[in-house]
Amino acid sequence: MAERPEDLNLPNAVITRIIKEALPDGVNVSKEARRAISQAASVFVLYATSCANNFAMKAKRKTLNAGDVMSAMEEMEFERFLQPLREALEAYKKGQKGKKEASEQKRKDKEKKSSSTDENDKSRDEEEDEHMDDEQ
Amino acid sequence: MSGKNMEEKVEQATNSKNISLPVSRVRLIMKSSPDVSCINQDALFLTTKATELFVQHLALSSYKNGSGKETNTLSYSDLANVAEETETFQFLTDILPKKILARDYLKSLEEMEKDDENL
Repeated sequence: MAERPEDLNLPNAVITRIIKEALPDGVNVSKEARRAISQAASVFVLYATSCANNFAMKAKRKTLNAGDVMSAMEEMEFERFLQPLREALEAYKKGQKGKKEASEQKRKDKEKKSSSTDENDKSRDEEEDEHMDDEQ
Repeated sequence: MSGKNMEEKVEQATNSKNISLPVSRVRLIMKSSPDVSCINQDALFLTTKATELFVQHLALSSYKNGSGKETNTLSYSDLANVAEETETFQFLTDILPKKILARDYLKSLEEMEKDDENL
């Protein structure tokens, strides 16, 4: 597999922003420290994935699911992440549900619109007939 | 509905995903792991979010643990130190090795050779 090394790194700008937001105001971060944290983050993803995958394989599943990731966090001794992760997942699911409902609503509205325009044409024809009667 | 609730709703709508790291990049890294076939969307979201939490945790722990408080700078050595000293960060010791001066390394090599000679 020919993968460029940068492809497995996370974008520096985003990493820097997350670091800055976590530290007290005015603290500097050396370039080397930033690069090291970015690499550590990639290693974290790999470690978490491999750990989560073990749970999936144990359950004889081929697809990694949310539960596997949560189990991995516990295994890696990052229990402090569990609560914020649960809350974030709930908010994410609500957002997804909202989007799904919104797109379904759009589709329904489209269908309604196309059927109501047919009805409008019918009533216009009827009105024309009435006018003709009046003129006479 | 009170004003505060409205604000929260608007905020939720704008950060419905609530993450900054690109999910596609995280997925790429996850797929590079052997034996991984499929990744459910919720799992991908959680991993991305967990990585953000990890970055915050690593940065803050290193800063608190290190000498940066005097210099007001988070440096590489702060990270290397926390990797060695904290259990949860030990998986990072290979990629965050402590740095030593070349002369100290050469000195320790010399001492090892002396010990070998004495044996």
